Amino acid sequence: MKKVSLLLALLLSALVLLSVTSCGKGGDKTGGVLVFGRAGDAVGLDPARETDGESFYIADNVYENLVEFVNGTTDVVPCLAEKWDMSANGLEFTFYLRKGVKFHDGTDMNADAVVYSIARQFKKSHSAYKYGPWQYWQAMGMDGIIKDIVKVDDYKVKITLIKKEAPFLANLAMQFAAIVSPTAAEKYKENFKNNPVGTGPFKFVQWIKDDSIILEKNETYWREKAFLDRLILKVIPEATARYLSLKKGEVDIIDFPSPEDIENIKSDSNLKIVEQPGLNVGYLAMNMMKKPFDNLLVRQAVNHAINKADIIKAVYGNMGVPAKNPLPPTMWSYNDAVKDYNFDPKLAKDLLKKAGLEKGFETTLWAMPVSRPYNPNARKVAEIMQSQLKEVGITVKIVSYEWGTYLDKIASYEHDMCLIGWTGDNGDPDNFLYVLLSEDSTVKPAQNYAYWKNPKFNTLIKQAKETFDKDKRTALYKEAQTVFHADAPWVPVAHSIVIEPMKKSVMDFKLSPLGKREFREVWIKK
Amino acid sequence: MWSGYWLAYAADKTFSLEYTMYRFILKRLGLLIPTLFGVITLVFFMLALSPGDPVRVMLGERANKEAVENLKAEMGLDKPMSEQYVLYLKRVVQFDFGKSIKTGADVIDEIGARFPATIELTLFAMFLAIVAGVFIGVISATKRYSFIDYASMFGALFGVSMPVFWLGLVLIIIFSVNLNLLPTGGRMDIRYYFTPITNFYIIDGFIHFFKTGSLNVLGSALSHIILPAVTLGTIPLAIIARITRSSMLEVLKQDYIKTARATGMPERKVIFKYALRNALLPVVTVIGLQFGMLLSGAILTETIFAWPGIGKWLYHAIEARDFPAVQGGIIVISVCFVLINLFVDLLYTVINPKIRTE
Repeated sequence: MKKVSLLLALLLSALVLLSVTSCGKGGDKTGGVLVFGRAGDAVGLDPARETDGESFYIADNVYENLVEFVNGTTDVVPCLAEKWDMSANGLEFTFYLRKGVKFHDGTDMNADAVVYSIARQFKKSHSAYKYGPWQYWQAMGMDGIIKDIVKVDDYKVKITLIKKEAPFLANLAMQFAAIVSPTAAEKYKENFKNNPVGTGPFKFVQWIKDDSIILEKNETYWREKAFLDRLILKVIPEATARYLSLKKGEVDIIDFPSPEDIENIKSDSNLKIVEQPGLNVGYLAMNMMKKPFDNLLVRQAVNHAINKADIIKAVYGNMGVPAKNPLPPTMWSYNDAVKDYNFDPKLAKDLLKKAGLEKGFETTLWAMPVSRPYNPNARKVAEIMQSQLKEVGITVKIVSYEWGTYLDKIASYEHDMCLIGWTGDNGDPDNFLYVLLSEDSTVKPAQNYAYWKNPKFNTLIKQAKETFDKDKRTALYKEAQTVFHADAPWVPVAHSIVIEPMKKSVMDFKLSPLGKREFREVWIKK
Repeated sequence: MWSGYWLAYAADKTFSLEYTMYRFILKRLGLLIPTLFGVITLVFFMLALSPGDPVRVMLGERANKEAVENLKAEMGLDKPMSEQYVLYLKRVVQFDFGKSIKTGADVIDEIGARFPATIELTLFAMFLAIVAGVFIGVISATKRYSFIDYASMFGALFGVSMPVFWLGLVLIIIFSVNLNLLPTGGRMDIRYYFTPITNFYIIDGFIHFFKTGSLNVLGSALSHIILPAVTLGTIPLAIIARITRSSMLEVLKQDYIKTARATGMPERKVIFKYALRNALLPVVTVIGLQFGMLLSGAILTETIFAWPGIGKWLYHAIEARDFPAVQGGIIVISVCFVLINLFVDLLYTVINPKIRTE
């Protein structure tokens, strides 16, 4: 009798459960725990003090800025600021803050908080300045852009600029410009980097170093709340182990799969992938300070001699696409009309002959010793280029140094040709074209590794820097890319593809070209 | 008769024996100081002279001149090397290992957060290796040239030559993915939202059990440690098995074993009481050495199994040229190494009383 009633009770509860879940199926996305398997741990959780992507993943979900990138794009839109005004000379910006937004510690997000978050990074007199170094502020050259930030009233903040700089708005959307709770920052002081308090859709719960970080839904979020109850970021350093963990179902989504595992992932009926070209470019810079690369014909010959398809097949596998511009294709103003130099060794030889180098020449090709997002194996790329250039009579010696030394040496133009690349910071074309190709960047330690000084190009990008109208800027950058192509200071090699494998039940995850991992809109299909 | 002699001898020597033991321990502990001084100096200059600037490595492609100089000044890396060295020595004497360049946190805290994980894994792996290794070694020696002997020695050879990386992944594929018996990595099921107390999760598991009566945490900690411990323990297991076997074979040839057998003593007693105890000396030496190796050499296992230990941390610190972190990590490992060796030396005297008088 007892058994029968137990069975009945079980059946009943199963029925109830069934009806509840089928009700939920209609469109209830809320609930659930998502475990994200990633390659490395965060260094610190105060984004203004860090430079690495793994640290920024926390900022992507815990913190918000005055402005933000629309998830999955490089477009900048209002966030904690509802709108802003620009003065006629383009040097003063007044931001109108959103009212009623609260930090996770219950305090108000207001002008004091905004001034605190930004001023601590550059005002030496600020009480929190000593907790630096504020690395990204320095790396983005913000000291040369922002003169001052002041509170106008409780919900109004004024930022004064040193020079007219359109990309500055995109800089404010970057993780380092996150708005932090001053109350929490003052309370934790040095340790604020272990106890982040922001306004974002998730709040911080716990960090076990090198193992996991647990975030929880922010129930008092100012816009539509996150669907997930909890978000756990779990460190699994080894790529295949990460994939196996996903296959077993211990994690729901993983970063940076190993290229060898991708076919298996694609054929697994429980898994899916989301992919996108990364906001990066790997390239070969020809040092125009040195002969014979001062000759356009030689640079064009090198461009025609290199077969990018072979390089991509051998080094990038299915995780790269050939590059023809210095900008990646996910960047606004990418000029798709540019026609790449085709692989044509005969033409290359002809061009060398025209340049008076019929017998070819000897030179060095530098390859970095480390794997980078834009070039997983520079030594291998260099070896392939070496054999391709040999075909047209260019004899190449491959040179490599330890990474720090390598950067130092190419920054002082010791190379003839060097492999290098760039990953975008703020989703602004200026962050590629100005940083890597402007005349200003030829000052040692240089970042314009080709020593390319083209007056027309420089005028165009300077003009674009000072123009706030996006359409006009787009036109200027498109033209700048045409000038770049014609003068051929580089061989653009490839943009890597970012692939994110996940369970089929993970919905609405968008890959950001900026490498962000936002989970505000992600939900789990029950 | 014999035991009577030993008792009398021991009683006679008690005072001087204790005295020599204490002197021995103190002498060995005293040796720690020059050893550590040497380690610190060597590591400092090896790091300082090796190419690669931590600031450049940290900032990568986006290192502009100003950023590099500012960062260097803030980290004290712009001072002359001799000054940096003296400053460092001064601080270490006060047990201040400085702050990690990469994270800005106290190195001692960073180590404290990770070392328990490594110690737990190493102890567990060594326990497996010793129990299984000695057992296999003894069986092989007593059943010499039998099928068991060949099979276990082939297994040992296989164990020594197997790449750790491959073994770890194969174990995951078999036991986690296909058989679904054990987790693929980590130290604990993260869905328990468990807050560590001692950072030794097995101990924490017991604490949790006594507090709540639930075995969840302990069970999860144990199930997570099995695969990494087997992976890490395989090489020492194989080495211990081979050493035990050869040492046992040596001892079994001795006259006193023949004598013991001649008295009609049960074979099990002959093997485990008389032969094994005498055969253990070289085995203990190997165990001590392997222990030290595992403490610093668990990088691969920690990487495959997402085990948040010190090996992986130290590896990243070296990669980032994070001098204070590397120094601190190496000093801690050196201290452990020296202490383990001391312990092993003391263990000799327990296993073989002859050594005490020597």
